[in-house]
Amino acid sequence: MSVSTVQTSILDRSKPPELTAPVRRNRTRYALTVLAFLLPSAIPLTLFVLGPMVAAAWVSLQKWNLISPMQFVGLGNYEKLLTDPVTADVFLHTVYYIAGYLPLVYFGGLALALALNTALKGRSFLRGVYFLPVVTSWIVVALVWRWLLNPSNGIVNTVLAFFGIDGPGWWSDPAWAMPSIIIASAWKDLGFVMVILLAGLQAINPDMYDAAKVDGAGWWRRLISVTLPLLSPSTFFVLVISLINGFQVFDQVYAMTAGGPNGASTVVVQQIYDLTFRYGAAGEASALSWILFIVILAITLIQVRGQRRWVNYG
Amino acid sequence: MAELTLQTRRMPASRRAGWIVLHVVIILGAMAMFFPFLWTIITSISPGMGLTVTPALIPENPSLEAYARLFAERPFGRVILNSLGLAAATTIVQLVTSTTAGYAFSRLPFKGRGVVFAIYLATMMIPLQVLIVPLFVELKTFGLLNTYLGALLPTFASAFGIFLLRQAINQVPRELDEAATLDGAGHFRIFFSVVIPNIRPALATLTVFAFMGSWNSFLWPLVVLRKPELQTLPIALAGLQGQYTTEWDIIMAGSVVSILPMLALYIFAQKYVIQGVASSGIK
Repeated sequence: MSVSTVQTSILDRSKPPELTAPVRRNRTRYALTVLAFLLPSAIPLTLFVLGPMVAAAWVSLQKWNLISPMQFVGLGNYEKLLTDPVTADVFLHTVYYIAGYLPLVYFGGLALALALNTALKGRSFLRGVYFLPVVTSWIVVALVWRWLLNPSNGIVNTVLAFFGIDGPGWWSDPAWAMPSIIIASAWKDLGFVMVILLAGLQAINPDMYDAAKVDGAGWWRRLISVTLPLLSPSTFFVLVISLINGFQVFDQVYAMTAGGPNGASTVVVQQIYDLTFRYGAAGEASALSWILFIVILAITLIQVRGQRRWVNYG
Repeated sequence: MAELTLQTRRMPASRRAGWIVLHVVIILGAMAMFFPFLWTIITSISPGMGLTVTPALIPENPSLEAYARLFAERPFGRVILNSLGLAAATTIVQLVTSTTAGYAFSRLPFKGRGVVFAIYLATMMIPLQVLIVPLFVELKTFGLLNTYLGALLPTFASAFGIFLLRQAINQVPRELDEAATLDGAGHFRIFFSVVIPNIRPALATLTVFAFMGSWNSFLWPLVVLRKPELQTLPIALAGLQGQYTTEWDIIMAGSVVSILPMLALYIFAQKYVIQGVASSGIK
């Protein structure tokens, strides 16, 4: 977030101008130029992101079903949410999702990036294949995986049956619903993590490896002592983005299980959606949205603070 | 192939073994990654996939019946046009808002610019879900529910796009601006004839991301476009699942239809996407 500050601090210090008429006219013209370049983005961001953000805080203090007039309840919605065991459940489900998903995409993406960073035949084609799910819509991915993991005639259970294994009920079984969502999500995002880590690997100076080789370090040793430390900025980026997105997981849940069976896979955002559009509790939904935002913000800030300890910007 | 053996012959035996294992694993992995797509296509051309049948890997009677039914029984033609139109509009508007803002943050110093830029970036961290209720009410007030404009407005400016374009414009040498200024060009001339021609890869990357974002977006269109004739592809697909619970050939045909345009766009712009991600400072 501090990317711009270096540059602006140099440029902002223009000489204090004497305000003769032509200078004043020039300054007005310059101000108009700045506005002309800035307003096309500033207007939509203010009207459709910042404004609604503030409005959501106001709505979160109301009892409201989207139709009848609002009724001010103060912090009532927050109190209700924080004492409701369902809130703890939906956060637990979300954490369960992240705990399953993150190691899969990170270590999978790392292995792929390491492999595809070597001199491999058809490397760019293979990278393309692995990246393909990234550009596919979540809804399609969810549908396809619902079909692959179909309990009665999906290909996965058909293959398992061939080996004499009685496959689980996947998304139709409360115990297997979340693992099903995790598998589909990891498959979709693997290529994205791979690309980020590949970019990081390519930024590592090859001399570092040569030096390690001269010291007699084997492949594994080089991975642990050279690659991973130098890759830490990319790892950090993957971690931050995955946690921000992970807490907001929704599309695939909605399309694969709609939070079921029996609420077994209801994540926070699914609950926000249900509160708003199924239970007519927009105030509570807004309060839950703000709680989620604060959780995401806190976790991101903690990560940014903690990065000094392990992220190596060389 | 000759090249391959030459390359391997020069390696010591242990390295050659590792080299072969690596290839086998990576190729098997790629096949596993691709299999869900293959299975989608196979299912879509295996008519009559009911509750108890698993399609054969090589369909016995391949047919495009599911595709015909998809377009005959559901307004899928209209749905595709809706998605294409919205994605194209989003992309064009985002290209405008991102390049202009990128230019301002790169080339037009003003008081408080750092703060404004930080606020822009912070909007990336706000979950869309936080905004859903107020946005819904806002557009309801303006009478924009169930309109294309209502679906489009919140996508007009993207912090990600602005960041990407600012990074790209920062890399355009300032000497070019200065030369143009000496020739009497103002900021608008510099913007159009110096900056824009020099940031084509970034524009291509943003095109893919903006188009993809709109093409695949689900929650906001689901909330704002409630009429069937206004539906976009992801929502129509989610709806298929409800209507044809057990007719997987139709559901998979819809999936294939929705993947194809993205696939075409991706193949066209693949090298820019990876380059763009790598060069935006994310590494």
